[in-house]
Amino acid sequence: MTVHREAQMLRRQIHGSIVILKKNARLYYLKPPVLIFGILFPVFFFLAFKMGRPIAAEDFVPGMVAMALWFTASAVGPLVTPWERGAKTYERLISTPVSVPAILLGDVMSGLVFGVCLSIVSVLIGLVLTDASITNTPLLLAGIMMGALNFASLGVLLASPPASGPSNIMLLSNLIRLPLLFVSGIFMPIGQMPAWAQWIAPLSPLSYAGALIQSAFGRSAFFPVWLSLLMLVLFTLIFFMVSCKFHNMWRAKGL
Amino acid sequence: MKKAIEVKGLTRKFGHLVAVDHLEFAVYQGEVFGFLGPNGAGKTTTVRMLTGVIDPTEGTAAIQGHDIQKASLLSRSHIAVVPEEANVYLDLTVWQNLMLMAELHSIARHQRIQEADRLLDTLGLAQKKKQKARALSKGLRQRLMLCAALVTDPEILFLDEPTSGLDVQSANLIRQIVADRNRNGLTVFLTTHNMIEANDMCSRIGIIDKGHIAVIDTPEKLRSTINFRQYVEVRFSSMAPDHNELEALADVLEIDSENSTFRLYTKIPGKVATDVVRLADTKGFNIIHLSIRKPSLEEVFLHFTSKGKEGGTL
Repeated sequence: MTVHREAQMLRRQIHGSIVILKKNARLYYLKPPVLIFGILFPVFFFLAFKMGRPIAAEDFVPGMVAMALWFTASAVGPLVTPWERGAKTYERLISTPVSVPAILLGDVMSGLVFGVCLSIVSVLIGLVLTDASITNTPLLLAGIMMGALNFASLGVLLASPPASGPSNIMLLSNLIRLPLLFVSGIFMPIGQMPAWAQWIAPLSPLSYAGALIQSAFGRSAFFPVWLSLLMLVLFTLIFFMVSCKFHNMWRAKGL
Repeated sequence: MKKAIEVKGLTRKFGHLVAVDHLEFAVYQGEVFGFLGPNGAGKTTTVRMLTGVIDPTEGTAAIQGHDIQKASLLSRSHIAVVPEEANVYLDLTVWQNLMLMAELHSIARHQRIQEADRLLDTLGLAQKKKQKARALSKGLRQRLMLCAALVTDPEILFLDEPTSGLDVQSANLIRQIVADRNRNGLTVFLTTHNMIEANDMCSRIGIIDKGHIAVIDTPEKLRSTINFRQYVEVRFSSMAPDHNELEALADVLEIDSENSTFRLYTKIPGKVATDVVRLADTKGFNIIHLSIRKPSLEEVFLHFTSKGKEGGTL
């Protein structure tokens, strides 16, 4: 009887996460400015570094895909909770029979779907406009999925502080995301970076997602596939558990 | 009678401020419980704790027997909330707002569609179904909030000043729908500043002041607790008795006077009114108005709250 009740409760929580995913898609993701930002920003950001430098397409495309994933999957997540706190809709959500972890899982799933869809657009652009080719499709899909899941979890973690408005979170988010971008081997192979950057690179989940995507395009990567997958799983679990802890703590305190 | 809400020692501190201090009360199944208090008394903090938005610092409460902290999901599955400020999703349509809340409460598809249609019709929002909530007026948004709460088929409805600042039609409609649902068994926890609303809707009233429960009883019994605030109001024509003559009447506790109108405070207004008429007959004064006034809920509220004692206003 108890097992049945718990199974029913778990089903309801998963259903709640899917409802949150649909709500987020309608309210925050499926907006023309967000979609345009998601496609154009990584492309132009990468071009700014690529132009005038002799970089092969096989190096160029994985970097563009990894950056698209990084910027899209973790872009909106940090803002959802502060927006909802400001509009007081967050109070409504947490007074429903959906737990905080289930709400956050819905937020992560939204970032995951958004990141995966837009990075696939980047893959297609790369395949059509350059002579880059995929050598391991399952690995590419695994890299994109795991990367998106991880970056979306990071986005939800960044949404944890009880900020007075989205602008403060945006500042925090960029302070963390941009430095990690530069040490993740996207613009320069990790092996060629200065020693201090090589020490920091393993702390960035983008390094591992980038390594998986590079491997899928047939390039040699700094980290082996097994380590990259393992680290992405670990980082994801840590980000999600810490964000659940923080969100619950601030909720309990009424912040 | 079964308890829908049971509160035991519920306390909430914000730093050094004790917003809610060891509350103890119960709300019974099927009643409309009014929760009154001045601004900052702890009403909204209590509602926020009972609805799972914030945690208590001490004490506990149970919703339909489920502890609000240990079984928070179960306790929240029985409730719906209509806050003072309509916090609907402004960029979702009226319909999408309703479906979102119903889906979060796992209401079956056919049931939520049928119920949402019925509620929109009852609350005069059927024509606005496809409009974004942003386009609705304050009154219509508050109606939408009530729809979004009722579509989840709650057993207990928390209304936090639901008619504050609304037009008369919207306020009346909301009261009417809540009363209808209550007749069908819905338990209602209502916080309000509107004494008429509290008097008309509530079967019992709790008054909270500075985080403490000052009193809980039926509106009728609450009024009787301050029956010394009943008075006989009498107005004489040009010739009026002396203040001392009226004060000398038996059972008159206190007199207020303005020109030839007197208010004689007493616990036995019927007897005092008779004595006033007898006095006027004897002395040849002409009474042009005589009435007995019982204390209003507003006077009860002022009597039991510090703001009333300090001479503040509601």
